[in-house]
Amino acid sequence: MSELLLEIGTEEIPARMVGRARTDLKQRFQEALGTLGLGTQASVSVEATPRRLALFAGNLLARQADRIETLRGPSKKVAFDPDGNPTRAALGFARKARIPVSALTAGPDGKLTVRRRIPGRDAGSLLAESLPKLVLGLRFPRAMYWAGKGSPRFIRPIRWLVALLDGAVVPLEIAGIAAGNRTWGHRRLGAGPVAVADARHYVRVLRDNSVVLSSDERGERIVSQAEALLPDGRRIRRNPRLLETLVYETEFPTAVLGSFDAAYLSLPDEVLETVMLVHQKYFAIENGSGELVNSFVAVANTGADHLGVIRAGHQRVLRARFNDADFFWNFDQRSSLSERVDDLKDVTFQASLGSYWDKTQRNLAAGSAISGALGLDERTASDLNRALLLAKCDLTTEIVGEFPELQGKIGGLYATAQGEPKAVAEAIYDHYLPAGASGPIPRSETGRAASLADRLTTLGGMFGLGLIPTGSKDPLALRRTAYGAIRIVVEGGMELSLDSLVQMADAGKNSSALREFLVERLRHWLKDSGGIALDVVQAVLAASDNVPVDVSARAGALAEVRQTPDFEALAVTFKRVRNIVGHAGVRAPTGVRIDEALLEPGPETELHESLITVAGRIAGRNAERDYAASLREIASLRPALDRYFDSVLVMAKDQAVRRNRLAFLAGMLEKLSTIADFAMIAPDPTGDKPA
Amino acid sequence: MLTFQEIVMRLKAYWARQGCIVQEPFDCEVGAGTMCPETFLRVLGKAPYRVAYVQPSRRPADGRYGENPNRLYKHMQLQVILKPAPEDVVELYLKSLEDIGIDLSRHDCKLEEDNWESPTLGAWGVGWQVMLDGLEITQFTYFQQCGGLDLDVVPAELTYGLERLAAFIQNVESIYDIRWNDRWTYGDVRLADEEQYSTYNFEEADVDFVWKEFHLHEAECRRLLDAYSEHTDATERRRFPLLAAFDQTLKCSHLFNTLQARGAISVTQRAQVVQRVRNLAVGVANAWTDQQQGVAREAS
Repeated sequence: MSELLLEIGTEEIPARMVGRARTDLKQRFQEALGTLGLGTQASVSVEATPRRLALFAGNLLARQADRIETLRGPSKKVAFDPDGNPTRAALGFARKARIPVSALTAGPDGKLTVRRRIPGRDAGSLLAESLPKLVLGLRFPRAMYWAGKGSPRFIRPIRWLVALLDGAVVPLEIAGIAAGNRTWGHRRLGAGPVAVADARHYVRVLRDNSVVLSSDERGERIVSQAEALLPDGRRIRRNPRLLETLVYETEFPTAVLGSFDAAYLSLPDEVLETVMLVHQKYFAIENGSGELVNSFVAVANTGADHLGVIRAGHQRVLRARFNDADFFWNFDQRSSLSERVDDLKDVTFQASLGSYWDKTQRNLAAGSAISGALGLDERTASDLNRALLLAKCDLTTEIVGEFPELQGKIGGLYATAQGEPKAVAEAIYDHYLPAGASGPIPRSETGRAASLADRLTTLGGMFGLGLIPTGSKDPLALRRTAYGAIRIVVEGGMELSLDSLVQMADAGKNSSALREFLVERLRHWLKDSGGIALDVVQAVLAASDNVPVDVSARAGALAEVRQTPDFEALAVTFKRVRNIVGHAGVRAPTGVRIDEALLEPGPETELHESLITVAGRIAGRNAERDYAASLREIASLRPALDRYFDSVLVMAKDQAVRRNRLAFLAGMLEKLSTIADFAMIAPDPTGDKPA
Repeated sequence: MLTFQEIVMRLKAYWARQGCIVQEPFDCEVGAGTMCPETFLRVLGKAPYRVAYVQPSRRPADGRYGENPNRLYKHMQLQVILKPAPEDVVELYLKSLEDIGIDLSRHDCKLEEDNWESPTLGAWGVGWQVMLDGLEITQFTYFQQCGGLDLDVVPAELTYGLERLAAFIQNVESIYDIRWNDRWTYGDVRLADEEQYSTYNFEEADVDFVWKEFHLHEAECRRLLDAYSEHTDATERRRFPLLAAFDQTLKCSHLFNTLQARGAISVTQRAQVVQRVRNLAVGVANAWTDQQQGVAREAS
């Protein structure tokens, strides 16, 4: 068994891309092992620092297994004439198989067959051949070239390569760099180039040269050092994303504790955290009750800060940043949000859609439509109106200019400071929520309505201009905008129909495209958040897709009932009914009255009567949105249905009877399909495919 | 402790030892050292080049009347272009910091992703901001495109923020307290600029006049570019004043910044004006590339 070490030495890779590069490299390498036949039992791992991606592979086959190649040629009859002389076909085949004609033999099927052993190639030459393409095939968000136009692209320049197979250099070249056995340590604490014997030696060499190769170890080092620096009762405010960034920005991380003037704690936490976490990449420190205190932990990419110069430097930068923020915060108080409404005319929303002032007017209109549709009480409606009027005004503040990621939150904070009602301030604060597929939606009904209004007018405006996302292209993140709108409506329990949402959004000629877009997001929501199988989702949407909360209730009920055996059988029966009716060409049963006189006594009449009773109950249950109960009612029809199909011939000879039966079945389908089109339920309970 | 001017002189001497031409600042208003012909035009084409120069960079909207300790209307950049970028370019850069007395093993030095893009110049590159104990002191860029063209040879551009670097080395809180030399501070030398130009850019600039200037320079640049494309004679083309056309582009860019600081560019106008300046820059870059190819052909 062989062991491979591949190190791609680079200039500093952006921290946000390292994690992905590790996974991709590992996956691509494992795939390559499969293709090359070098062993699927291999253990593969990839470690990374800002300056290196290091791949370790153990348990590799030293060479491919030999394989037997079987070539089949023409049949013996074709290959040899009656006298046993080879024909052109035999000569051609012998040439192709590179054996003398005299050695040609036929297999049991009568065809000429040549079997030969192809010796496996050794791992070294295979890897030398395939690794360069594999490495350069890694995809990065913004790759560069560095060796001139047309030269290979990578995330940052590759400066050295180590490629050792059982200690021997694999002769490969990537982007003009020949692989060797020499690596480099930390830029300032380590040496380079340093020779490496094998994988184990490599890790030790790096450690001796101040590179902690394991990202897990760097992470633990950061956290444990930070905690050791803090007095009792203080702790770092955990932030996995920040930790990952720091892990991938350092080769030799060292935590440094710093402090700042406690007076800055009067700035809102949102501002303090943004400056420390996002801009400066420091951990914020909190006390036992979770409140921020006036210290921070920076993570340096070097050894201990014996002289305190690193601490002093970071403190100085943070002081300047807080000083700026403090200045902006106070400066902004010179004019209130309501005094800034007209200033929004100078802030572009979108070239053809005008300014944020225009956007605000559309939001207000959508807001009052929502108030009306939901029947919001007067107080909530006026809070919503106020929130929407002021929601975008923080875009004109200095502090949002400095910290754009705080838009909305700043508006909410200023609204509070300026004495706006709590509901208004909260709604402004929350109106960009949900931020993603899983983040929280706004806390209050007012906030949810404000966010919804804002999203609808964005969608309507962009769709109206024809800026409709296609394929992977969605530069304006309209899918996220719409998904958020659906989440707010469904998770917020808003009784709004898609038709009314589309009307509020006002997408002009693209209204139906927008409606379809929203249905698509609803479909995703049901699948992703509701965990509902796709066939159930499709079945429910087919019955009606117009009211998202209702769709969600039906889907939830159906997903539950669907597991029961009665229901499985029922779905099969429905499919049968659908087929019969469909084949007979009865498409629109509405209005076709059935003639009770033509019903046969026994199972047919029984089913007819049960159906009348059940349909009545379903109507009642549906009105209360107790769809689980409705579905149980439908399932209770199963014995009657089974008896019906056991004894009743739908396609009766008598035309009148046949037409009556078809109409009856079509009518039944319609009555029972208000919750879902059961015929679309897949017979396999795990089935993801719609029928 | 090094004074401001000693830091500048040491860095220039360092880069001179690396084979750079040490140039003097370009004499047009620019928003960044990148816009000077020594960068913008020299990075085009295949010819190697190494140059270092201090460039005062004017950003009208960044002015703070001299009241903010960290923000300036006009700051000094040390601009270094290494074309092509040598393999040890990062190391060369780090050594320049050590050359001005910063012991990097005792400081927290990180290269954090920061890509650069200038829509008005049709230019972009990838690189880092160099963070020293949490302070951004340099922008490091591998140019990929200039004037909308893929570059033949990838240059490295190092842009040192000299005020920040000096404040760091001298350990002062305000840029105005930097010692320029043993006798005068940065404030002594520059405070009046900051006060007066902030007043001009935010309050006094005559919008009509600046617009008129913008249109005149734009028209002159257009006229020159059109004239260049009409010339067919090789000699005529070689001596054609594209450099003068580029000056006109830079004027437009600066006047645009002034108008913006003055609040005179409406939202709908902004993108459009950026596009107009970009068109000029792209026009010059294309013509310049063509002219250089002609020169190369004549030489061979």
